[in-house]
Amino acid sequence: MSVFDGLKFRRVSSPIHMLDPRIKFLYVCSIFVVAIVFFELLPLLVLFLFQIPFVILARVQREWVRSLRGAAFLASIIFGTNILFRFMYAGYSLTANDIEYASAMTMRFIALVESFSIFFLTTSPDHLGLALEKSHIPYEFCFAFTTAVRFVPVLAEEAQTIMDAQKARGLELEKGNFLKRIRNYIPVLIPLIISAIRRSLELAEAMEARAWGAIEKRTNLYSLKMKRNDYLLVLVSIFVLIIGIFVRFYVSIPTLSNLLGF
Amino acid sequence: MIEVKNLYFTYPSGVEALRNVSLEIRKGEFVAIMGQNGAGKTTLIKHFNGLLKPSKGEVLVDGVNTESVSVAKLARKVGFVFQNPDNQLFSETVEDEISFALKNFGFKDTPLRRRVTWALKLLGLTEYRKASPFMLSGGERKRVALASVLAWDPEVVVMDEPTIGQDYSQKEKLRQFIVQLNMQGKTVVVVTHDVEFVSECNPRVILMSGGEILADGFGKNVLTNIELLTQASIVPPQVTEIFMGIKDLGFPVDIIDLYEAKELLMKRLGRK
Repeated sequence: MSVFDGLKFRRVSSPIHMLDPRIKFLYVCSIFVVAIVFFELLPLLVLFLFQIPFVILARVQREWVRSLRGAAFLASIIFGTNILFRFMYAGYSLTANDIEYASAMTMRFIALVESFSIFFLTTSPDHLGLALEKSHIPYEFCFAFTTAVRFVPVLAEEAQTIMDAQKARGLELEKGNFLKRIRNYIPVLIPLIISAIRRSLELAEAMEARAWGAIEKRTNLYSLKMKRNDYLLVLVSIFVLIIGIFVRFYVSIPTLSNLLGF
Repeated sequence: MIEVKNLYFTYPSGVEALRNVSLEIRKGEFVAIMGQNGAGKTTLIKHFNGLLKPSKGEVLVDGVNTESVSVAKLARKVGFVFQNPDNQLFSETVEDEISFALKNFGFKDTPLRRRVTWALKLLGLTEYRKASPFMLSGGERKRVALASVLAWDPEVVVMDEPTIGQDYSQKEKLRQFIVQLNMQGKTVVVVTHDVEFVSECNPRVILMSGGEILADGFGKNVLTNIELLTQASIVPPQVTEIFMGIKDLGFPVDIIDLYEAKELLMKRLGRK
């Protein structure tokens, strides 16, 4: 669950929270592109450090650390498989370069998780829906999306209650071999699915009772307007993108082991 | 049977739900735990079968520290009926639903079937044996959930809000059933908001507020103490309110039992 905690929006007022979600998304995209074009550890490390001021500015350090901790498991798998394949590919030997390559791949993943976590931690579901709507996506889909996002923590809590209820009837989730363990989850999944369906039907009725979809053209209480900081972030994103691509094509990147003199 | 010693519990989110709670529930007792939402009632009873482990202090069930054994082991002794039956029903038939826990506890074929039949009869569900639990009404689903716990005959039965969502006659039946269970020697712990329900059962009442125990004693004393009830955001039972209203006529105010109230009034009216 800790991965989800690290992505769950928390209402804090900070300059980052106030930014236009569309621009934040542009920023995430440019980080994404830059992370994808590099295979070397050094620039990816810079990319990782570059984002830390955003985290501090948004005052979500605790949640951010939690999201990194949640990503640690996947990161270690990425590191492990990279080392393994390099090791087998190079004829069962390992150099400092191989380790650096594996670290670079892991760092790329971490930098991506970092940018996504900044985005989701600082963007409320409402804002997200508004941004989708402004991107000319039909309102029905936007609403479905924001509702889904909003129900994730509710369902997680429900799953915990159901697990408790079945444990109280002697269910041992951690017992048995791999297949048995998967089957152990049936008594948890069925009530969870049924309650999710029931909940959605109730929600649909409640929405219709409040005249959802009565008017073809909706207006919004809040509107998205670009402010000074938004333009600043646009500049930062484009700058990151240009620098990234420039360095990729015109600068030879030293490896970390060379720099440190191995 | 259940001993709670200086129990503290803090949720991972940092909310301190229980603060220095100590109590003892003896074998065969009938206990009602009351208090407003967020008082820590459910958190407390989840310690009785080890679903939650103390942050500080300890909980002993039959002398065994809950920290040292699995929930499954404790559940054999302490049956726990959750508030919402939909949180546990998942089988195709009522019969399978009741067998689920029995299978988990390793009951073999013949005793298992005998127990299922017994539990169905106990809660008047025999005709629904092959029905799907999802097709039943709310009250019936609740009874299936109760039957699925009583089937393994635990020594202690803990119920979270048993009366919620039941119509009045269902509630009355349930009350009689619970009282009967207790008379047959079962230890019963009920968490509830329902003062009328409690006043009619007349159990030992534990009043909680803000994660602490506010009062612990006879229903007659706790439910008629306005000061305590106000602190726990509970209104006294209707009978008590009537007697508080007419106390100037020389009536006592610590009345929660309907029968006792009737006797007093009849006597005053000069009838036997």
